[in-house]
Amino acid sequence: MGIISKSRKKSPWVIHYDCTSCNGCDIEVLACLTPLYDAERLGIINVGNPKHADILLVTGSANKRNAHVLKNIYNQMPDPKVVVAIGACACTGGIFRECYNVMGGIENVIPVDVFVPGCCARPEAIIDGIVQGIGKLDEKADAMKDEGK
Amino acid sequence: MSSTVIPFGPQHPVLPEPLHIKLVMEDENIVDAIPAIGYVHRGLEKLTETKEFTQNVFVVERVCGICSVMHAMAYCQGIEELMNIEVPDRAKFLRVIWAELHRMHSHLLWLGLLADAFGFESLFMQVWRDREKVMDIMEETAGARVVISANTIGGTRRDLTKEQMVKINVTVDEIKHDIQQVEAVFLNNYTVKHRLVGRGILSKADAIELCAVGPMARAAGIPMDLRTTGYSAYGQLDFEPVTHSDGDNYARTYVRLHEVYQSIDLIKQAIAKIPDGEHVAPFKGNPPKGEVISRVEQPRGEVLYYLRANGTKNLERLRLRTPTFQNIPSLIKMLPGSQLADVPLLILTIDPCISCTER
Repeated sequence: MGIISKSRKKSPWVIHYDCTSCNGCDIEVLACLTPLYDAERLGIINVGNPKHADILLVTGSANKRNAHVLKNIYNQMPDPKVVVAIGACACTGGIFRECYNVMGGIENVIPVDVFVPGCCARPEAIIDGIVQGIGKLDEKADAMKDEGK
Repeated sequence: MSSTVIPFGPQHPVLPEPLHIKLVMEDENIVDAIPAIGYVHRGLEKLTETKEFTQNVFVVERVCGICSVMHAMAYCQGIEELMNIEVPDRAKFLRVIWAELHRMHSHLLWLGLLADAFGFESLFMQVWRDREKVMDIMEETAGARVVISANTIGGTRRDLTKEQMVKINVTVDEIKHDIQQVEAVFLNNYTVKHRLVGRGILSKADAIELCAVGPMARAAGIPMDLRTTGYSAYGQLDFEPVTHSDGDNYARTYVRLHEVYQSIDLIKQAIAKIPDGEHVAPFKGNPPKGEVISRVEQPRGEVLYYLRANGTKNLERLRLRTPTFQNIPSLIKMLPGSQLADVPLLILTIDPCISCTER
């Protein structure tokens, strides 16, 4: 295992973007990083710059105004990258799926690798989603290697 | 001097939520700030017209996850007034207990984010660790951590047992002790004070003119707290609004920190005074034709619900005005003249809740 793939596996950096979440899932994402749940023990660090991030955590569903922001953040992240949709809204649109300004789950805008259900998603579920995302990250890295990138 | 425009947000490390502000700069100084919103707009008010009035309790809880109890409380109080439902006394006290727990978690969350904004990572972690005790109480009493669905039309969905109340009493004492440990860091630390004192001043006259609400108004010396109007069981509890006269970042931190103590005191008073009896009153039929305004005090200030019913199971109109919407003009007033480095702190001290504002 080279140093890059090892550090990617042992210490994935996450970035969080709130689409139209009600804040419930956002504060649970933050709670994951704080001492009780302490996702940092798994090497996970929250960063503000998409160019530094491996995993994109999205809460809330996409709407017509934030879809391009979400796409922008996704496109700025270097490959390999993984998207985790957190909460019922990000997965399907949740309680707001019938609203006039909601385009449904974020799957309609960017490809999603892991879905974390719940309203609000529990911190345990979010950490589990991130850990599954690390597995996906590994697979993607191997696929890139095979393609010779 | 030529000016530069710097976009702040929508994706920014200090904000958990997307708020976009265009900052017009001359050197390091801000001369103008233009807010742009709409990133969190869902169309929730329209959604409530298609749902039944009993289902709407769950919809309005998702206006904002941080103050969900107060949103449901305001909505239920409105419907109860419309339908003339007599809420049992016990339910009123239960609502106060859950509402004050929610206020505590919201203020502790804010104190943590503030510490993070001025770069004090370990203080952020410390405050959020203390906050988890509140979340544990919520989970134990209501079954969920954030959106707890405690309120229903006519009372509360759950009751508290004696053992649970004893435990809440012990836990809030522990939290009080924990917060006293960090209070000195927020209010007396030289470096922290340097970032807070004298920054982002909102004078009393400006606060009145710009209709600031909640801790923003109280920090500017206006003792405005809707809880003093005595809705729910607040009329039977003894408390004074926390105020400060300076109107700067420090004053707002002072007010929110002391409101945590106030909430602890209110919870203890409510537990001591809670009467026995039912926790929910039965009701029949649909809300009759009519309109009503219902207001409650949220952690961020006053929220106003306007409900209009037409005798069917669907409401004709639900309109809400949230505290952050009221406080954004004050923020735009505070920004010009301050430095770029202070912008995250200034935005944070109004305690913005964008999902409330845009719905």
